[in-house]
Order: sequence, then C-alpha cells, then structure tokens
Amino acid sequence: MNGLLHQLVSGIASGGIYASVALALVMIYQATHHVNFAQGEMAMFSTYIALTLIEAGVPYWGAFVITVAVSFVIGAAIQRVLMNPMANAPVLASVGIFIGLLLMFNSVAGWLFTYTLKPFPSPFGEGPPLFGGFVSRHELGSTIVTLIVLLTVWAFFRFTRLGLAMRAAAFNPVSSRLVGIPVGSMLALGWGLAAAIGAVAGMMIAPVVFLDPNMMSGVLLYAFAGALLGGITNPLGAVVGGFMVGVIENIGGAYIVGTELKLTLALVIIVVVLVVRPAGLFGKTVVNRV
Amino acid sequence: MRNGVSRAAPWAFLIAAAVLPLLLASDYQLFQLTMVVVYAVAILGLNLVTGFNGQISLGHGAFYAVGAYVTAIMMDKWDAPYWATLPVSAAICAGVGFLLGLPALRLGGLYLALTTFALAVATPQLLKYKLVEDWTGGVQGIVITKPDAPFGLPFNADQWLYLFSLTVATVLFLLAANLVRGRIGRAMMATRDHALAAEAMGIDIALLKTRTFAVSAMFTGIAGSLGAIAIQFVAPDSFSVFLSITLFVGLVVGGVASIAGPVFGALFIEFVPNIADQVSKAAPGAVYGVILIAFMFLMPSGLAGFLRGLLRKAVRSIRPATPSRSTEG
Repeated sequence: MNGLLHQLVSGIASGGIYASVALALVMIYQATHHVNFAQGEMAMFSTYIALTLIEAGVPYWGAFVITVAVSFVIGAAIQRVLMNPMANAPVLASVGIFIGLLLMFNSVAGWLFTYTLKPFPSPFGEGPPLFGGFVSRHELGSTIVTLIVLLTVWAFFRFTRLGLAMRAAAFNPVSSRLVGIPVGSMLALGWGLAAAIGAVAGMMIAPVVFLDPNMMSGVLLYAFAGALLGGITNPLGAVVGGFMVGVIENIGGAYIVGTELKLTLALVIIVVVLVVRPAGLFGKTVVNRV
Repeated sequence: MRNGVSRAAPWAFLIAAAVLPLLLASDYQLFQLTMVVVYAVAILGLNLVTGFNGQISLGHGAFYAVGAYVTAIMMDKWDAPYWATLPVSAAICAGVGFLLGLPALRLGGLYLALTTFALAVATPQLLKYKLVEDWTGGVQGIVITKPDAPFGLPFNADQWLYLFSLTVATVLFLLAANLVRGRIGRAMMATRDHALAAEAMGIDIALLKTRTFAVSAMFTGIAGSLGAIAIQFVAPDSFSVFLSITLFVGLVVGGVASIAGPVFGALFIEFVPNIADQVSKAAPGAVYGVILIAFMFLMPSGLAGFLRGLLRKAVRSIRPATPSRSTEG
C-alpha cells in the first residue's frame, strides 16, 4: 500500500511535467494546427542554458528567470523566422521543419555540452522526504512550480486582454485581424509562451532524470499521450491528461509492464485513445461541414 | 523524343549501376552501394504513404527493424536461406502496418505522425524486452552470415549481395511505379490532395490509406531484411528513432512523390553522414537538420524535382517548343 501511494505521488510529480509540455503542445496546436515535434528538444536546450548559468555562478532562481526569458525569445523567434512563412504550406513542410529543429537542437546541444549525463541541481534541497517519507522535496517543489505555471497560464488566458486576443487569434484569425488584433504577433507570443513553459518543465525534470541531449524524448512522448488522452483541442483536458499519464506510467511501470517498457506504455495509451475515443476524454469531436 | 529518352534513361542507369561497381568498386564500396540500394527501397516505401498518399509517417524505422529481425531470426534459428526470408518479412510487415494503420489512419491530420513517432521511440525498448529475448537476442542482437553466390557464379559475397539487392530493388521500384500510375495510385493522390472530394468520388479513404500504409510498411520491411543481410548483424540500438528520422530526411531530400527520388535520398543518407561524421559526432544531426529546413524552403520537391526542372529547361533550350505549345504556357 505504501509502495502504491509512493508511486502515485511520484506519478503526480512527473505528471505535472508531462502536463506542462502537453499544454505547450496544445497551445501551438490550437493556434496553428501544427504539432511541435521539437518541443521536447527546445526544453532540453533551455535546461542546458540554465545549467550553464548556474555553473557560471548565477543563483538558481536568477538562472531560472533568465532561462525562461531566453526560451521565450527563442520560441518567438522560431515562429517569426521559420514557421510564419510556412503558414499556408502543406503539413509535410511544417513536420519537416519541426524534425529539422529537433535534430538541430539535439546535435547543437551535444556539440556544445557533450553527450555525457550531467546532474542538474534541485532548488528544493536534498533533505529527507516529507510527510512520512512519501514525497521527496523535489517532487513536492516541482509539483508546486508546475501548478503555479499552469494556474498563471490559465489566469493569463482567462483574465487579461492579451490572453483574450491570443485566444481570438487562434480561434478565428481572419475576424481577429479585422478587429485589429495583430495575429502574427499573437502567434509569436504563443510560441514564446510554449517555449517558456517547456523550459520550466525541463528544469523541473532534469534533477530527476539527469541532463543529456536525449533527456526529453521520453517526456515528449508522454506529453503527446497526455494531450491525446485529454483531448488535443482542449488545454485543460491536456493538463489533466498529462497528470493521468504520469500516474499511469508510474503505476504501470511499477506493477504491470516493468520499467523496460515504460515508453511503450505511451504508445499503447496513444493507440487505445485513437481506437476508443479519438477526441480524447475532454475534447470536442471535430465535425467538418461539407 | 523526350519521352523515349526519359523511358530509356532508368534502364541505362540500372545497367550502369549493375555493371560498373562490379568492375570498379572495392568490397567496402560495394557494401556502401548495397546500403544505398537498401535505403532506396526503404525510402520508396515511405514515399508511397507520405509522398503519394500524404500521410506522414515518422516511424518507418520500426518496419525496417521488423524486417531486419524477421530475417535475422529465421536465418539464425531455423537456418532459413536468406532469400526465403524476404517474402515472410514482407508479409509480417504488411500485417503490422495494416494493424497500426487501422486506428491511426481513421482520422486525418497528424495522428499517424504522432503514433508512428511514438512507435519509433519505443522500438528499441520493445526489441530488448525480456519476453522476446530468446528470439531477438536482447541487447546483444543477432549475428548472421553473409550468403555466397549460388550456382557457382563467379562473384564474391559482396558482389553477389549487391546484385541480389539491386534485383529485388528493381522489381520493387517497377511495382511501385506501376502502382502509382494506375487506378489505385490516382486514388492515393486524390486522397492526398483533397480527401473530401476523393471520398465523394467513391473512394473509401480510410481503407485506402490503411492499405497504402501496409504496402509501404512491406517495402520498408523488405529493405530491412536486405539491410540485415548486408550488415550481418541486428541489434536494438541500431533501430532508434534516428533511423526513422534518417529515412524521413532521405525522403525529403530525394523528392516527395517521386519514384526516382528515393535513389537520390538514399545516396544522400548513405554518404553525407560519413563525410559529416569526420567533423564531429554531432555534425550528421546538425547537417540533417539544416538540410531538412533548407529543402522545405528552397527545394520542396527534393533533388528529383530539382533535376527534373533542370532537365526540362535543358530540353527546352535545345529544342525550342512548337508555337502552339509556347502560347499555352
């Protein structure tokens, strides 16, 4: 029982990371109908930026803020330079660019920072586990950080004019442009936000899995599974899906399939969702008007 | 006249490709050329589903792996002759492709890309799994021996394998060319270009896409079998997601929806990483990334499309178009 509870808690902790990346994916998907296959590698690269800053003597939270800001700029720049000209190109073009970005971030990270595993510091200290040994300090801390991020994003989209404008631009670009919303800038902003959220997720998962250029490939897969499970058209659903995938992954890995097949679990979740409920748990079924 | 030239060109190329390497190339160069043939078939498979049918697969490395393992297991466990493994791996890969395509292709859009990407990432794990270790050899993989030329033909093993692969590839390229030229090929392209209109014309697009995916998996699986025989070794980590991405790069560089494109793509993915590797370990990935993005912007129809354009210009400059044609376009 204690074991189960422990798996549940660490499932929620890693679920928070998957939820963040899933949210980043869904934000871009909603606005442009592109699935950003490079999301994970962008987050990995951001984490290396954070590590470089920390090693240069910047205090953790200072490095955290700088990394998030730099990631935002990188994300927005990618949208402006690479994705914007491709807005009306066939799907293959966007997938090609995303895979190209994935390869470039991966190999540039390997080239600059080498392929060896590196430990990444946790800001929450090493101390003994809390609450009777169920929750490590880092699990608790990272869950709180992810929840803060998710709530901030939600509040931003719900309560600010800018958030409303971004939702409008994603929902109906043509009408938005007519009422004076700069749709292109909104898209760039969305990309920046997604990259920033990914950066936080990367910094939160790195102390657990260690940092290397392939760190995020598993995380990205779980985030895909989470986004599909919750419904790729629904940001809140994607977040819930991300948490669910975290729990399924941990409990399934511990009791059912073993750790060697954890990634396959993500594939199974994706296939099951597509067979049973393609719109996801909370997504809308898309009906095309003929 | 141009028609005659363009019809004879592939055959001239084929004969040159069969004869010249036997005379000129060393054993290692023959091995590299065999791998070019293998990759060309693998990319051709990917091209059927992604190029001609518009469904993006990022996981064809998984089918390549299945083909390779079927061959390796049959040769290792049952002493099956290498040629007899090809039909088996073709059938198995087609079956796997059909089953995976069923859920992923019912829906349009990027669902196939997502599912196949997940498959590609999970493939090494599946191959290492304990329950199948007795068959797959786990992390160690399986070593197989290179076949000798049959009937006392005067070729060494490398030369024979090159000719054998080239023959198989020629048959598969002819099949693919006929497939896309015929009724089914037109249905595939109609589905790619306008799914709704295709459906209104009476095409069962979900079934067509799933069948195309199965055929495509079959082609790539056969390539995997040939590749395993050429390399004489299979192991889980050679079938990582990078293999799938490499095939995708080959597809884009060679030319999407072109039958000749996979040959250019295969030459690219066989030789360019070797050159880039000498710079640094990270260089092949970076080169692929830059090239992929550059092709999307500058040469979306790949090398095949680019060369076709050059050829057309050259022909036009040699033989001025007839007046009636020039008014048309």
